[in-house]
Amino acid sequence: MRRSASFSESFRELGLLGFIVIVCVIFQIRNHNFLTLSNIRDLLANTAILSILSVGMMMVILTRGIDLSIGATLALAGMISALTVNSFRTISPVLSLLQGTAVGLAVGAVIGLVIARFNVLPIIATLGFMNIIRGVTYLVSKGAWVSSYQMSDGFKQLATGKVLGISNLIIFAVVINVAFFYFINHMKTGRQIYAVGSNPDAASISGIPRTRIIFLVYAVMGALSGFAGVLWVAKFASAQGDTATGYELSVIAAAVLGGVSISGGSGKVSGLILGTILLGILNNALPLINVSPFWQQAIQGVVILAAVLTNVLVKRNNQHFALRKRAI
Amino acid sequence: MRKVIIFAVMVLAIMAIALPAFAGGAGEKGAAPAGAKYAIVFKNTGNPYGDKQMGGFKAGIEEQGFQAILRAPDQPTAEAQIQILEQLISQKVAAICIVGNDKDALQPVLTKAKNAGIKVFSLDSGVNPASRLTHVNQADSEKIGRTLIQAAYDMIGGKGDIAILSATSQATNQNLWIDYMKKELTDPKYANVKLVKVAYGDDIRDKSVSEAEGLLQSFPNLKCIIAPTTVGIAAAGKVLTDKGLGGKVFLTGLGLPSEMATYIENGVCPYMFLWNPIDVGYLGSWVATALVTGKITGAVGDKFKAGRLGDYTITKAPDGGTEVLLGPPFKFDKANIADWKTVY
Amino acid sequence: MMDRSIRAVKVWSWRTFFFQWEWLLVLIFIAVNVVNSTLSPYYFTMDTFLGTPMSFLDKAFLVLPMTMVIILGNIDISVGSSVALSAVVMAVTYNAGLPMPLALLVCLGVGTTCGLVNGILMTKFKELSSVIVTLATMIIFRGIAYVILTDQASGEFPKWYSSLGWGSIGKVPIILIVFAVCALAFGLLLHKTSFGRKIYGMGNNLTASRYSGIKTDSVIMIVSVLTGLMAGFTALFLTSRMGSTRPNVAQGYELEVIAMVVLGGVSTSGGKGRIVGPLLAIFIIGFLNYGLGLVNIQAQVLLIIVGLLLILSVLVLNIRFRGTQRAVPSAVKSVAAPEQPGESNS
Repeated sequence: MRRSASFSESFRELGLLGFIVIVCVIFQIRNHNFLTLSNIRDLLANTAILSILSVGMMMVILTRGIDLSIGATLALAGMISALTVNSFRTISPVLSLLQGTAVGLAVGAVIGLVIARFNVLPIIATLGFMNIIRGVTYLVSKGAWVSSYQMSDGFKQLATGKVLGISNLIIFAVVINVAFFYFINHMKTGRQIYAVGSNPDAASISGIPRTRIIFLVYAVMGALSGFAGVLWVAKFASAQGDTATGYELSVIAAAVLGGVSISGGSGKVSGLILGTILLGILNNALPLINVSPFWQQAIQGVVILAAVLTNVLVKRNNQHFALRKRAI
Repeated sequence: MRKVIIFAVMVLAIMAIALPAFAGGAGEKGAAPAGAKYAIVFKNTGNPYGDKQMGGFKAGIEEQGFQAILRAPDQPTAEAQIQILEQLISQKVAAICIVGNDKDALQPVLTKAKNAGIKVFSLDSGVNPASRLTHVNQADSEKIGRTLIQAAYDMIGGKGDIAILSATSQATNQNLWIDYMKKELTDPKYANVKLVKVAYGDDIRDKSVSEAEGLLQSFPNLKCIIAPTTVGIAAAGKVLTDKGLGGKVFLTGLGLPSEMATYIENGVCPYMFLWNPIDVGYLGSWVATALVTGKITGAVGDKFKAGRLGDYTITKAPDGGTEVLLGPPFKFDKANIADWKTVY
Repeated sequence: MMDRSIRAVKVWSWRTFFFQWEWLLVLIFIAVNVVNSTLSPYYFTMDTFLGTPMSFLDKAFLVLPMTMVIILGNIDISVGSSVALSAVVMAVTYNAGLPMPLALLVCLGVGTTCGLVNGILMTKFKELSSVIVTLATMIIFRGIAYVILTDQASGEFPKWYSSLGWGSIGKVPIILIVFAVCALAFGLLLHKTSFGRKIYGMGNNLTASRYSGIKTDSVIMIVSVLTGLMAGFTALFLTSRMGSTRPNVAQGYELEVIAMVVLGGVSTSGGKGRIVGPLLAIFIIGFLNYGLGLVNIQAQVLLIIVGLLLILSVLVLNIRFRGTQRAVPSAVKSVAAPEQPGESNS
């Protein structure tokens, strides 16, 4: 009986997986260059940053929260590390990564404090901070951009470098996802995150330090945004004040597509990865299929809606199946 | 009963605040500060190209002894510009120089400005002729389009596929240049050159990268990308560099020297064009003062002096209005990029 | 905290009255006006108070149904796209020959249809949260607008159309009059009808409401349709002010509208808030924008100020209330008799 329960659980992701397969087939028919090695490499490299951010967002959403400020944090961290590299050309790229992560962590910590300690609703807090951080980014950079020639090669190699033929970005994303999987499924604090989101009051009554956990998820989200910010700036070899405006919506879409429930407390890493990949496929494939660019957005919306509805229908079918199987 | 009292108190309080306004009335102008004010409104903030343009405008206005107001919305939308323009109308500025986010959507508010006695003209990204007295164009649109196609032709040796990576599909100047590019391609000289696609990167960095990669994936015979937008050309430059396609796929277009320095130096982009945004803004400042003093009215044939840039004449613009041209586009290549990359 | 005596009489005191969010907003509104008038001599004129609302009231139409949506505990991020689609279809049908008054109806109709689509998706697929449904429709609606109009602008409306957004009757702007009527309608709907009570009930506890016999599907459907209708109104006035339209109009409207509702004291956890708050918030943000713009403050500084305003106002109220009244645990709330929803924002 336990086996059938876990089988039906993974059915939830199977619907999404099946949908991804169908979409890939359709795209491949439209453009034979879609499933080539070089394109898949581009796809994964572009999705890597999205994946890193969606890991953090999943934790936030699990606690019934939301974080709209990640694009701004990304921009700020990226800008600060780029400005530093511009002034100190010989700085080690690892140090730049640490610097960006630290900036992101600081911002995330402040947000976490405001939400956890002062009980401000996450949507308000992060909406407000999004504006503030964006404004700070402009002020810090005085409106100027940092361009490719102002960055050291080592810095740019953070994103373009390869280890064993695999792009650095992909390696970072894989490592973070694996670490996250272990953390959220096999470590006490990780499981506590689920508890806090599932039933906050029961959780705090059971002795789970709710305030600390909520603070933690936003701080970690901030740190991941900062990390991603450095990678972003290195990847595009350009730091702008309006970097990643609106990107938070893509990240939230990736998480929600992957089955992370907005009302908190449920979601699986496998779903998250599938959701992120689907979004990455859309971003990569839409320019490839031979349609007028004015159809791109409509197609993207329809695909997302179809994916979500398929998921729901599969789940419903599943529940009927499980009900029928139950011995009465 | 209580609620009625409270409501009444609230209304009285708010009226008390508003009372001076009733007393002042629409006639009161307030203490209008001495010295005329000239305003420039750019497309959005955080754009160094725009900052340089506004800086040039400011330098020119202050050189002539007036006060300059520099505004830009944080989102590149027409709605945000409408709000800014209304604020400028209230401040009773002498002239407004608008770099439009939308060719037509600003017409009602600019007409309101005109009716208030403010001289309105556009710069760089124009608005429709009904909204403006004249337009300051950095270079002949036709020349830009044709020059870029000729550059691509030279780079690819006369035959091959080319593609255009543009900004947003609504951008006025982009569409104008692309139209001229297509016109140039009808010349029999380009019989072996094929334009395979016009892609839109929306001036968003990651989208431009995706579109550039898409072009390379979809068209294996692609020989040249033309990107008449600073974000697009830099994105394409990075993609071509990372894939090691320098020398096999060429790149040209309009780009900022600072953004493109790496890609010109490594040969991915043999040469590209732009103009000096500082000079564009500076020219605009002289157009502004000339319009206000009545020296010119924006009609074809009007002549005026633009400070250190010399004399200019207003000519007919392709969209039916009038324009002033700064000069020919400037070519950036390996020889001069080192000098210009720190300027803008 | 909760009065457990059988003769539970709601004690009314000046203190609890003035500690309400809406009073804080009134104070902020007054403060904004004082600051604005000291900053610029151009601020304090009749023109300002009557003229400025014209520029921010177009999105204010969306604030009214969004208040209901958020009290329900949902969210709707597709409003900007509904506006765009309504405007685009109106422009295209007008330019294809339809007389303008009919085109106006088309605009409202398309908006309502968008709301209908949202409502159907939300009620037929209850597993989906409103976030994901409206996220998908946000992309789809705007995508359709792009398919219809590509990169063109569509306009050339009759002269009287622009007077809708720019004109006044006497001294009062038309848009203000229409908005006032809508605000009154929504206020009555929310606070004086059983429909409004149902919304609060559902926002507090959806399951209990459903089991109490409230037709939750109908309520969600009606609220969605109203949202769509108001998007049509916004499209109407926005297009009138711009004289033309493109598929990329009204971008970012959803976040601005949500910010106004949230600043107005409507809690996103549902079940709390009044229409007065968001109304005040609209004017606060609108006049703040205008007043600071008169002294040509840089856009990014304004961003920071609005962000700070949002956070500080919530912070102040939370700190104020930490001693006297904590956020009642939701589990306890659903079991014990809930305090009158909608009466106070405690």
